[in-house]
Amino acid sequence: MSWAAKDLGDWVETAKRDPRARWLGVALIAVALAVLPFVAGAVGGRGWVRIIDFALLYVMLALGLNIVVGFAGLLDLGYIAFYAVGAYTYALLASPHFGIHLPVWLVLPMGAGVAGVFGVLLGAPTLKLRGDYLAIVTLGFGEIIRIFLNNLNAPVNITNGPQGVNRIDPISFSNFSLARPVEVLGIDVPSVHLYYYLFLALALLVIFVSLRLENSRIGRAWVAIREDEVAARAMGINTRNIKLLAFAMGASFGGIAGGLFAGFQGFVSPESFILMESVVVLCMVVLGGMGHIPGVILGAVLLAAMPEVFRNTIVPVQQQLFGKIVFDPEVVRMLLFGLALVLVMLFRPAGIWPSTTRKRELAS
Amino acid sequence: MSALLEARSVGKRFGGLDALMQVSLGIERGEIYGLIGPNGAGKTTLFNVLTGLYRPDEGEFLFDGAPLPVGEPHRVAAAGIARTFQNIRLFANMSAVENVMVGRHVRTRTGVIGAVLRDSGSRAEERAIHARSLELLEYVGLAGRRDESARNLSYGDQRRLEIARALATEPRLLALDEPAAGMNATETASLRGLLEAIRADGVTVLLIEHDVKLVMGLCDRVAVLDYGRKIAEGPPARVQRDPTVIEAYLGGALHA
Repeated sequence: MSWAAKDLGDWVETAKRDPRARWLGVALIAVALAVLPFVAGAVGGRGWVRIIDFALLYVMLALGLNIVVGFAGLLDLGYIAFYAVGAYTYALLASPHFGIHLPVWLVLPMGAGVAGVFGVLLGAPTLKLRGDYLAIVTLGFGEIIRIFLNNLNAPVNITNGPQGVNRIDPISFSNFSLARPVEVLGIDVPSVHLYYYLFLALALLVIFVSLRLENSRIGRAWVAIREDEVAARAMGINTRNIKLLAFAMGASFGGIAGGLFAGFQGFVSPESFILMESVVVLCMVVLGGMGHIPGVILGAVLLAAMPEVFRNTIVPVQQQLFGKIVFDPEVVRMLLFGLALVLVMLFRPAGIWPSTTRKRELAS
Repeated sequence: MSALLEARSVGKRFGGLDALMQVSLGIERGEIYGLIGPNGAGKTTLFNVLTGLYRPDEGEFLFDGAPLPVGEPHRVAAAGIARTFQNIRLFANMSAVENVMVGRHVRTRTGVIGAVLRDSGSRAEERAIHARSLELLEYVGLAGRRDESARNLSYGDQRRLEIARALATEPRLLALDEPAAGMNATETASLRGLLEAIRADGVTVLLIEHDVKLVMGLCDRVAVLDYGRKIAEGPPARVQRDPTVIEAYLGGALHA
């Protein structure tokens, strides 16, 4: 059952050992990622590039949740709340709503920081909970945040309630705004492409931080807590601080993704942060391979792209074949989603790309 | 010089059950101290209170003359007491060497920033953690199994790995909860050699054990618990002949 993942893993291991193969691999991936939006744009139009942009946001979200669920083993069903906190931090501090227009380099880290604080706020009262009990509390937390955002428009209008915050400043660095297309060497680079490169850079940063944390004293402490909390405490791990750290780190990744989302969309409203979004991000982590960073990235890309790809392929195909839309993929989206979950859990219970027996080479 | 560990009238109740009553004992530096008693006598409860997993209802522990933190296992470990568990509690999906590396946590410092930036200090620390962990695996005889998941090790090897993980915290007192349980005679003999080596390296050992031969041959002194009370203490040979001890184990057979 796991031969495919094993072969892939072996192949990656072999490639890692040969420095030339390694650099060649990195270079190929870099070129592929650089031209991806142009290829996608040429094949499917800007809508496809937009889908890729969102997939990158989901990669960041899934990696953030992976720290909490995958590494530390704390089941969090309200993770999207941190995405919301990041998005609203950006929206309120860079929009005409309050007339505040802070620069991106300030407002994005603030979103991460505020989300991190909320992570600790969620973590602190739930330190003694595990498994299903923790899941229920986190689920409630996610809903509380959304309901607050929905209702904090009276008596003092803070979030503008269900209407959401409009005309949010696009992401820009001094005079260079990602909302305006630019021309580089005679090639038109539209706005979605510019956002793609920014999201890609930050997703790579999140991947880098995740990888570094995984193979560190902190990462081992997280996994130790997941494996056996009592033993971890007896071995001298301050489980309270280390768990809060997991909540804060995971939340801050969500906060960054949320800020990017707000700047990209120009509009946020509580509707974007419903429970289903938390479930989807959790599915990305679980389907991809909990605790295994490449698996989680794969899970995020697959689940983020799949419904959009369906929408963009099945509908035109049906129109071609039947002249009308026989079934709307949006209607059966949840059905397909559920089916995918069931199949993966039946045939690959550890995820699509789980970690092989970890043979880490720590000697550097 | 005062005892390394001194328990002063430690008591612990679970509802109406007195699991420990007025238990006082002193463990000298460098000795192997046995804790024996029938099942349910309170031995493991004493371990759990000592290592901070439970809070005592009465009494206190003095470790090297200073009171031990109460109810905070990580601070007890930092103070220099490490333990193993009766029902082995390894990090099952981590490799053998990673299990031991977790034991180094309490003696190392790298935080998030050091882990992400991997500056020279954190790199050196990580290398030291890895090197020390390999040394400890070799010390307990598991050098060849470093990359094996803990769950795949044999029972005896899992017990040894728990000892290596505990030693990684640099304890002055190593508390072992039935380390020979489930071991065959050969494994027990080599465990005995390991414990003697640990003592020779200057670590005091506190041992819960049912294997009478092991306790008698290895321990300098033993204490006997029965129904939460200490009923005897002294060199094994003397305790073995103590009528109260015999009665506790044989359940009033002497009166029959």
